[in-house]
Amino acid sequence: MELIKDGIRIDGRKKDELRDIKIEVGVLKRADGSAYVEWGMNKVYAAVYGPRELFPRFLRRSDKAVLQCKYNMASFSVDERKRPGPDRRSVEISKVTGGALEPVVLTENFPESVINVNIEVVQAEAGTRCAGITAASVALADAGIPMKDLVPACAAGKVSGEIILDLCKEEDNFGESDLPIAMIPRTGGISLLQMDGLMTGEELEEALNLAKKGCEIIYEKQKEALRKRYKGDDHD
Amino acid sequence: MTEVDLISHIERDYILNLAKKGEREDGRGFDEYRKLLLQPGIIKKAEGSCLANLGETKVLAGIKVDKGTPFPDTPDQAVMTTNAELIPLASPFFESGPPKEDSIELARVVDRGIREAPALDMPSLVIKEGELVRVVFIDLHILDSDGNLFDASNRAAVTALRTTKIPVLDEEGNPTEDLMPLPMLKTPVSCTFAKIGENILVDPSQNEEKVLDARLTVTTEDNGYICAMQKGGDSQFTVDEIMDCVKKSIKIGKEIRKTISDLIKKEGL
Repeated sequence: MELIKDGIRIDGRKKDELRDIKIEVGVLKRADGSAYVEWGMNKVYAAVYGPRELFPRFLRRSDKAVLQCKYNMASFSVDERKRPGPDRRSVEISKVTGGALEPVVLTENFPESVINVNIEVVQAEAGTRCAGITAASVALADAGIPMKDLVPACAAGKVSGEIILDLCKEEDNFGESDLPIAMIPRTGGISLLQMDGLMTGEELEEALNLAKKGCEIIYEKQKEALRKRYKGDDHD
Repeated sequence: MTEVDLISHIERDYILNLAKKGEREDGRGFDEYRKLLLQPGIIKKAEGSCLANLGETKVLAGIKVDKGTPFPDTPDQAVMTTNAELIPLASPFFESGPPKEDSIELARVVDRGIREAPALDMPSLVIKEGELVRVVFIDLHILDSDGNLFDASNRAAVTALRTTKIPVLDEEGNPTEDLMPLPMLKTPVSCTFAKIGENILVDPSQNEEKVLDARLTVTTEDNGYICAMQKGGDSQFTVDEIMDCVKKSIKIGKEIRKTISDLIKKEGL
C-alpha cells in the first residue's frame, strides 16, 4: 500500500495537516465540567467531577488532591467489538493521561480530595489518547478547576520514510513509528511522551517539533471552544 | 466510593408538595414526557447506533453483529445480548468496574422488551442450525444520567436496531459486499412511571426518581400487546393503578413508534 504519494497522504492530507477537529464545552449536565471532541473519525467525551471527598480514605494525600483519570472505550467504538471494561491498554492510557494533566492542575489547593477525570471514547480511529487529553483539559477548565494552562495533545510519526502530523488509522497500522505527545504551551513542556517504532535522533527531533506545532493549533481550538461557551460572561 | 445519591429533605418535600398540587419541578404535566431527540447512525464503526436524548438524559446505543454458536437449547435461534454500562462519566455516583445491580436491571429490562416482543426475527438470523448463527450485541452507554434511563435506553436500542445494516452472507457463510437491514418484526416501546405518594407520573426526572415510592416500566409492541413489565422501588401499586399505566403505555407507545418510523423514513435509513 502506498501511504504517501507526491506529498499527499492516503486520506488526502498534506504532511503537516491535522484532521478536522471540533471541540464542544459543557455537553453533559451532571458533570461538573465536560467536553466533547470530534477528531477525524474519533468521538470522545470527557467529564470532570470534583474536587470531592476521596474514598477509600487511605488513598488521600495530605498535601494535594489526587487526580484520578480513567480512559475507557465503548464496546462498539471499534470494528471488532471490544469487551467492555478496562484492559491493559486502557489502564496504561489512564495512567499516562494523569501524568499529562497533573503538571497544570493546582492539586495543592485541594488536599485530602479527589478530582475525577473520565474519558469515554465512543468511536475510535487512531489518536484517541490525544483526543482524550485534549478533551479532558478543556473539561477541567469547564469545571472551574484552577490550572496553569490547558494541555493540547497530538501525535506525529514516520510513514514511508517521511515525518508526518496526526496519523490516521492506515498510517498508524502500516507506518514506521508513532509519537503521541501532550504539551503545556506556556512553558513548551512535554507532559505526555510515548513512542513506538523506529526513528533516528534527527527524525525524532523533527517529529517532536511537528507534533508541538500541531499542539499549538489544537491549543487555539481549545481556547476558542471555551470562549464560545462562556461568551457574554463578565469574566470573558 | 461510599457516597450515595442522596436528596436533601427540603428538595424531597418540595417535590412531594408539588406532586400533591398536581405539579412537577420542571413544569410538566403528570402524563407528559420530556423532549425526545434521536440521532441514529452516529457511530460509523458500529453496524447500528443511536444517541437518544430524553430531556437531559443521554444514552448511546451501539449494535455490533458477529457470528457465533447458538445456545444448545435454542439451536434454531440467533443470539442476542444486551449490556448496559453506567460509566462514571454520566453521574457523580457511578463507578467503573463489573456491572452492579442497577445496570444489570436496566440491561435486562431493555432486553426483555426487545426479546419478548419479539423485535428481531431470531430464526432468520441462523446461518447453520445448531452450529452458526448471528450474534447481536446491544451495548448501552449511559452518557448523562438525568432520570428515566429505562425509556431513554429503550428508544436508543430500538432505533439503533431498526437502522442497523449487516453484510449479506454468501452460501459458505462468508460476508459479501452487500448490506441488509436486521429482520425487524416489531418496535417495542417502554414507558416508565413513578409513584410519588398517591400520584403517578410518567418519565421521572433525576429528583423524582430519588423520592419515588415505586416505579413501573411497561413495554408494549406494535399490536398493542404488553411484552414486558418491571416493578421497582419499595412501595406498591394497586391493580387500578397498573391498568391505568398500561393504558397510557399503549397510547404513548403508538406515538413513539410513529416518531421513530417517521424519523427513519425522513432520513432514508
